[in-house]
Amino acid sequence: MAQQGAERVPILEARLVSKRFGNTIALNEATLICQPGSIHALVGENGAGKSTLIKIVAGVVTPDSGTIKIEGRESTIHSPADAARQGIVPVFQELSLFPDLTVAENIAISNPPRNRLGLVSRSELRRQTEKICAELGFEHLDPNALISEIPLAQRQLVEIAKALAHNPRLLILDEGTSALSVQDVDLVFQVIRRMRDQGRSVIFISHRMSEVKEIADTLTIFRDGQDVGSFPMGAVSNEEMVQLMIGRKLEQVFPPKPAVAEPRTPMLEVDNLSWEPALHNISLRVGKGEIVGLGGLDGQGQGELLFALFGVLRGVQGNVRVDGRDVRILSPAVATSDSIRMAFIPEDRKTEGLILPMSVGDNAVLAVIDRLLNQFGLVDRQKERDAVQKMVEQMQVKLSSERAPVRSLSGGNQQKVVMGKWLLTDAKIYLLHDPTRGIDVGTKQEIYQLMRQLADNGAAILFFSTELSELVGMCDRVLVLYEGRIFRELSGETINEEDIVSAALGLNAAVQH
Amino acid sequence: MSAIETRETAAPFRRFILRNFRLGIAFVITFVLLGITASLNERFFTPPVITSTANQSMTLVFAGMAQTSVVITGGIDLSVGPIISMSNSLASATFLEGDDGLNIILVVVLVLAVGALAGLINGLIVVYGRLQPIIVTLATSSVYSGIALFLRPRPGGYVPRIYGDLLTRRVGQLLPSDFFGAEPSGIMAFLNNFFDYIPASLIFLIIVLVVVWIPFRRSRLGMWVYAVGSNEGAAYMSGVNVRLAKVAAYVMGGLFAAIGGLFLTAQTLSGDATTGAVFTLQSIAIVVLGGTSLFGGSGGVAGTIAGAVALRLIPTILFFARVNPLQQPLWEGAVILLAVTAGASRIFTVRSRLDTMR
Amino acid sequence: MASNMETTRGFSLRRWFNGLERQDRSVLISYTMIILLIIFGTIFITPNFASPTFLTQQLRLASFLGIIAAGQMAVILTGNIDLSIPWTLNLSAVIATSIAAGENERLLLGVAAGLGIGLIVGLVNGIGVAYLRIPSMVLTLGVNAVLKGITVVYTGSAPQFQQTPDVLSRAATDVLFGFVSVAVLIWGLVSLVHYLVLSRSGLGRKTYAVGNNEIASYLSGVKTPRVLIMVFVMSGVLNALAGLLLAGNAGRSFNEMGEPFLLPAIAAVVVGGTSILGGSGKYLGTIAGVIIIRLLDGALNIVQVAPAAKDVTFGLVILAMLFLYGRGERVRE
Repeated sequence: MAQQGAERVPILEARLVSKRFGNTIALNEATLICQPGSIHALVGENGAGKSTLIKIVAGVVTPDSGTIKIEGRESTIHSPADAARQGIVPVFQELSLFPDLTVAENIAISNPPRNRLGLVSRSELRRQTEKICAELGFEHLDPNALISEIPLAQRQLVEIAKALAHNPRLLILDEGTSALSVQDVDLVFQVIRRMRDQGRSVIFISHRMSEVKEIADTLTIFRDGQDVGSFPMGAVSNEEMVQLMIGRKLEQVFPPKPAVAEPRTPMLEVDNLSWEPALHNISLRVGKGEIVGLGGLDGQGQGELLFALFGVLRGVQGNVRVDGRDVRILSPAVATSDSIRMAFIPEDRKTEGLILPMSVGDNAVLAVIDRLLNQFGLVDRQKERDAVQKMVEQMQVKLSSERAPVRSLSGGNQQKVVMGKWLLTDAKIYLLHDPTRGIDVGTKQEIYQLMRQLADNGAAILFFSTELSELVGMCDRVLVLYEGRIFRELSGETINEEDIVSAALGLNAAVQH
Repeated sequence: MSAIETRETAAPFRRFILRNFRLGIAFVITFVLLGITASLNERFFTPPVITSTANQSMTLVFAGMAQTSVVITGGIDLSVGPIISMSNSLASATFLEGDDGLNIILVVVLVLAVGALAGLINGLIVVYGRLQPIIVTLATSSVYSGIALFLRPRPGGYVPRIYGDLLTRRVGQLLPSDFFGAEPSGIMAFLNNFFDYIPASLIFLIIVLVVVWIPFRRSRLGMWVYAVGSNEGAAYMSGVNVRLAKVAAYVMGGLFAAIGGLFLTAQTLSGDATTGAVFTLQSIAIVVLGGTSLFGGSGGVAGTIAGAVALRLIPTILFFARVNPLQQPLWEGAVILLAVTAGASRIFTVRSRLDTMR
Repeated sequence: MASNMETTRGFSLRRWFNGLERQDRSVLISYTMIILLIIFGTIFITPNFASPTFLTQQLRLASFLGIIAAGQMAVILTGNIDLSIPWTLNLSAVIATSIAAGENERLLLGVAAGLGIGLIVGLVNGIGVAYLRIPSMVLTLGVNAVLKGITVVYTGSAPQFQQTPDVLSRAATDVLFGFVSVAVLIWGLVSLVHYLVLSRSGLGRKTYAVGNNEIASYLSGVKTPRVLIMVFVMSGVLNALAGLLLAGNAGRSFNEMGEPFLLPAIAAVVVGGTSILGGSGKYLGTIAGVIIIRLLDGALNIVQVAPAAKDVTFGLVILAMLFLYGRGERVRE
């Protein structure tokens, strides 16, 4: 298939690269070979290993094993600056710009042009930036605008211009076009086609399949930390691609779903919830004992939806009813109060879910501390010990001591503490943001069991997962979000990986109901 | 993931206003105060009053510039006042009576070097000790106060008259009386008159700006200092020498504080190891009044100069308004409190409550 | 590595020390420092250094700083700072003494008014930080300036009203049974309550939680604004209390009486091992920090070194302590 490049030296050759983060294997002997003069798309589910590989190539992450060759020479990449010296420049989704500096200063930050006095030459800086922008067709970028003054889409163009100012031989765009308008995407595509025609290369990652199909000439599919196939673009159909992305999973055992019985009593009802520009007219119901999944690719508004329900966001419009009562949830303190009893497992357990330097016990009782007071208003040590004990036993947390800082636990056990904290509150509604991300298979099983158990005891669970199999295995219904709207609702038989993936990619735009 | 605040790309004028909004407020406040002062004191626009107002503001200006340099990186320098004291004490202890020539130059150079060294020590401890600026400079401020006291245990000391005159009088007074001709007329008369209005301290400030601040601000290092304050992580990712930039900011802080000390010396014509202390907190107030964000990344000397002048004018106005002198500190405090509270308006535009906590 | 070899030889002091939590290690270091200071003082300065009279005297003087530092510590634990100490203390003292007007019968009223001032200041600071999200450093700086103004306006030129009633003076200066100062008893009582609040109450737990990670606390349903307001109220009230005692100690209230306490209070908290970033530190350490600052001052007073050497030593000791504690923190980064 790809023989036409046989005599050429690949611009990047990453072979059998592996990387573990704690107990999680992010990359398992993955290989990526990128030919000069090609636009190479990487596709795969969230967490399939694309981003980790890219970070290794860009010098942000050090691999555990494997070899990397750049233009045939074996190489180690020590830092982002080192990668740039070797001709590899990434554009990441998280913007790495300086909001208080101008477009021109941002582009030239590491080595701005200087005049005879050794001072930064503003005229030269402006000229240089205008030249770069003109070459790229980004004329609408104003070199003297501050980053904080320009819209997100333009910031992404600045990011791309900043990367191209290094004159890379390999440009990496990791969701680097996610905020761009159609016109700007065209501009970027022209630029990278020109790069390709000059014999340079681009690695392209995007959640928009239409873009991938339009621009890429080679496609590598990732799954479970490995590359599962490389093809010239057009050699595989949509269906085959989706199949490869899903693959045959590790045997995962999900607790049986209850047979769909009589209509459930609604516990959480949401009508026309909006939070511009991220969420538009979201309406949903979660019944007692029901697990409703939120699907879709990263960043389609799922996280914002959970935050909005939990009272974190300001300016949320729409109506929310809990157990039939209209409620206005203006803060997490209200959400967790006795009359509402919500629980929230945030996306990042290390910064949002736990207080890492504090002990397991302190973390466990944080949400219920006011219920553990004695008649003097002090924390009753016995009640506290009992609560912590209950949590540790119920969640089967493995720890050396309840006084050990929660930071010292493994990822899975940390997540158990986050969940255990809410078990102690007797929550009736659970909002879960990817609760199994980055934890081992065993703990995942336990969390699935626990979720079903909570539901059987009457809790309503809204479950956002980036892992398809979880949505399929756990959910009574699945709502797939796309660009801030509920794109499709799946239930019963229609909850399968193919339908979720195609809905998540915005394919088959037939919206049911 | 997080809420993205974007402003539409604005027309140049609108953008200029938006970008310099806080700075503009600082200038409006300063000009309003200047106007009030002028209306209360009919002699305000006479050479002596202009000069004394400039002189009284000048140490505040330099203290504010010292603090600004550090605040741009997101740090804070509590040793600004003690470095001013130390410089004042050092100068008064090293001026030689009877030598009004080379000695003066040597003293100035020595004081500047010691100030920069003090800043360097602050910077090195903050960067390489990985300690918090507030507590590091709290500790070094004690050390620098001690050195000041060691150099000048009792107020006094000798400061050459000519040194004081050079910095604090009017340009017209410093020029030979027949500089523009014995009987100036026409343009010469205008110049003669004009220079009689110009405080020498203003010229001194301009020299400092041109020789020290502007080259720093316009250098790559200066750009890096702003970059580090704006987004330290991105600075590292972009190949900026973060450590160098931070240390440089503290060195600039020490240098400006030393310049402030030199000016204070010219103004008081003596040394006193405790006079500088008040400038630490005032410098922070000036930075805030001048519209510089305490979170770093933005701001500059223009706002700082305006802030310092505003802070200085408050007591003047209260004096001429015949406000009971006892009420002076209250009004001063009220203005400072108002200025810092104004900075809180951003809270009403934040859409995710988590963003106020990061 | 090296510690492995030591393990084989049984108990290793170093290993035990390194195994301690950072907070406990700091407390240990700070108390060791006190003992070293006393030994050093006895050998090199005066044999009287360890005498009960001297130590009683030092403890009494330490109690004023100790009460202030207790409040400051609570604020610092949340990652904030209270720079309004000097004039909160000053205004409270002035109001209290002038209401009491030198009469014991009116003292209660004066004390209530003085503490009330502290409460109000704390509320203003707390609300500004918690709801308006003004950085505490500049907010409390501004509040301090306003309080100064109010104090100066209030005192005007009539200092004769500010003689303290006899009872207040005795509370600040009396020594019972030759070694128990009343002021120290008050400090002890404050410390007991403070200790219970910080380590045993719900508020205390939330204070540490907010200081370590405000977002995670908020997302756990903790009313984080309330916590912030409470620590500033604690600081305000304790400053006011210290102001009353200081007035009693001097026999009168006077302007600028609070200025010398701001930096030592922060230094005491930090020297006691509390992280200026918030979230970590033990109240026992703060007590030690106060005593260290006081003994250092006392020692340098006896030898009558120039005030210059005092300031330099003071600064260097703080830096040295920071480096001693810093070892643990670097790992986190």
